[in-house]
Amino acid sequence: MLRYIVHRLLLMIPTLAGVAVLVFILLRMMPGDIVELKLLAEGGGVDQATIAMERARLGLDKSLLGQFWDWMKGLATGDLGISMWTGRPVSEEIASRLELSLQVALMATVLATVIAIPLGTISAIFKDTWIDQTIRVFAIAGLAVPSFWLGMIIILTLLLSFNWIPPLTYVPIYEDPWHNLSQLIWPALAVGYRYSAVATRMTRSTILEVMQEDYIRTARAKGLRERIVVARHAMRNAMLPVITVIGLEFAFLIGGLVVTEQVFNLNGLGKLFVETVTRGDFTMVQALVMLIAAFFIFVNFVVDLLYAAFDPRVRYR
Amino acid sequence: MSTAESTAIPYVVPKRRHPIVLFITQQPLGAAGLVLIVLMLVASIFAEIVAPYDPLTVDYESMLAAPSWAHLLGTDSFGRDVLSRIIYGARTALVVGLLSSLLGSTLGAVIGMISAYFGGRVDMLIQRLMDILLSFPIIVLALTVVAVLGKLVVGGIDLNLIIAISVPMVPKVARVVRSSALAIREMPYIDAARAAGFSDRRIIFRHIMPNVVAPYLIMFTAFVAQAILLEASLSFLGLGVTEPTASWGLMLSGSSADFYQQAPWMIVFPGVAISLAVFAFNLFGDSLRDWLDPKIKL
Repeated sequence: MLRYIVHRLLLMIPTLAGVAVLVFILLRMMPGDIVELKLLAEGGGVDQATIAMERARLGLDKSLLGQFWDWMKGLATGDLGISMWTGRPVSEEIASRLELSLQVALMATVLATVIAIPLGTISAIFKDTWIDQTIRVFAIAGLAVPSFWLGMIIILTLLLSFNWIPPLTYVPIYEDPWHNLSQLIWPALAVGYRYSAVATRMTRSTILEVMQEDYIRTARAKGLRERIVVARHAMRNAMLPVITVIGLEFAFLIGGLVVTEQVFNLNGLGKLFVETVTRGDFTMVQALVMLIAAFFIFVNFVVDLLYAAFDPRVRYR
Repeated sequence: MSTAESTAIPYVVPKRRHPIVLFITQQPLGAAGLVLIVLMLVASIFAEIVAPYDPLTVDYESMLAAPSWAHLLGTDSFGRDVLSRIIYGARTALVVGLLSSLLGSTLGAVIGMISAYFGGRVDMLIQRLMDILLSFPIIVLALTVVAVLGKLVVGGIDLNLIIAISVPMVPKVARVVRSSALAIREMPYIDAARAAGFSDRRIIFRHIMPNVVAPYLIMFTAFVAQAILLEASLSFLGLGVTEPTASWGLMLSGSSADFYQQAPWMIVFPGVAISLAVFAFNLFGDSLRDWLDPKIKL
């Protein structure tokens, strides 16, 4: 098992390095120049000398290889650099928003799991009845409804039926849990619907698959009640693919938040990404993309580990 | 004579039904999706005839008008007819959705076949590259590509937007097609083709390609749905289709975001349009998968 973990960890390094190179090259192909944009936005007189000075200060006058080297050196020492737009350390900018985005993502995950596993199981047990059909329509609709639109509809419904809209200022959960939850539960619902739809479909199809297995027939043949067959034998064996989907979708959730945060006016990572990618704030975009990719690869790694832990055959491939 | 005729088992030629008829009878839900898709196609091709108003005409007399007989789905903050903008928006969604899915799936399929056919180092290199592309959430990748490429509008269509939407599809299609093609590569007829001295290109396109058509078609339909969603999201963020072109995602952003609490119809109907379109393609894609090859996992 240890050898497997080490092997998988080593495989992550080239992928992450590839991500770094790709993002670096992509960003340098971008049209426009942050220095000019920024100086124009500040309204100062833009002369060549100021531009050159600012470029030198941001390290943009170095060769591409030099810039890449500086970035890698920083990453290796845990220094993400200074935002080219705000001038504040990137790590600070990210940390203040990570909390919010992570909380919404976690709440959406819990919501989705709590909804999806029972719904998917019920759907599989009552296959082809009206219960199954209703759940399947609910799930397939969840894949079609854009989460940002669902967010707008949620706000609209709250406003029209309760004449109330969620609070606009963010307060951490440990300071005022009620205020915090009444603001963040709605975006969690909006992104959680799609998430639960994916997980419901997965639960349904794996349980249906497992129910075909010989050991289910054996369990029934020895006279176990159907409830026990489903709970002890079918569900337990069907959970692995479901956990995988939940894990993978969790990583994608950060992406789903990119648009939904806009609707709820949440100052999270997604909003930060949209703002900085259009400005060409290289240091910030690079750091954000690396963070998201690393997180994604890490979740993949954990999912693989879970597989290996549950299924010894995987380790020896 | 007559008795012999009556006792003889009549020979009935088995009716060969057209595959489309078979699909409709075996997959009613998929057929329903197909009907929706055809309706959307017809509406967007004949938008000039179907739409009651011009989608761009500004009418300050009837700003934010509620749904009525004159404006079935109301008007927006510029007095433009919402129904007409939805119909023209279908054109944008379908053009962007179909073209980007075609580009992404085709590129992915070719890369997947090359990866499987050559194997060894080529396969390793391609797979690592695909792994890198797979480590981004779809929208993050598309947003970055949009920001890098900027706009390139040809004939009213932003080609760079289509490229940006298709990029995230490539690694996914490549993976599925590769695994299908790997099995094909071991078939005796591929060895035979090699022994006959055919070129690699000929073997890939003439002998392997016909066998990966099923996964290709399934992925293509599924990705049209994703592309429509992605176009709506990007346009909503102001990084996709731009005013005054009618786009569903765009109808949900800008002034709609400011006025939707007074005029809910401005955002309700475009959202329904997006959901219906994605729903239709998902339904059709799901049934197509069940019908062609139930083992394919997307």
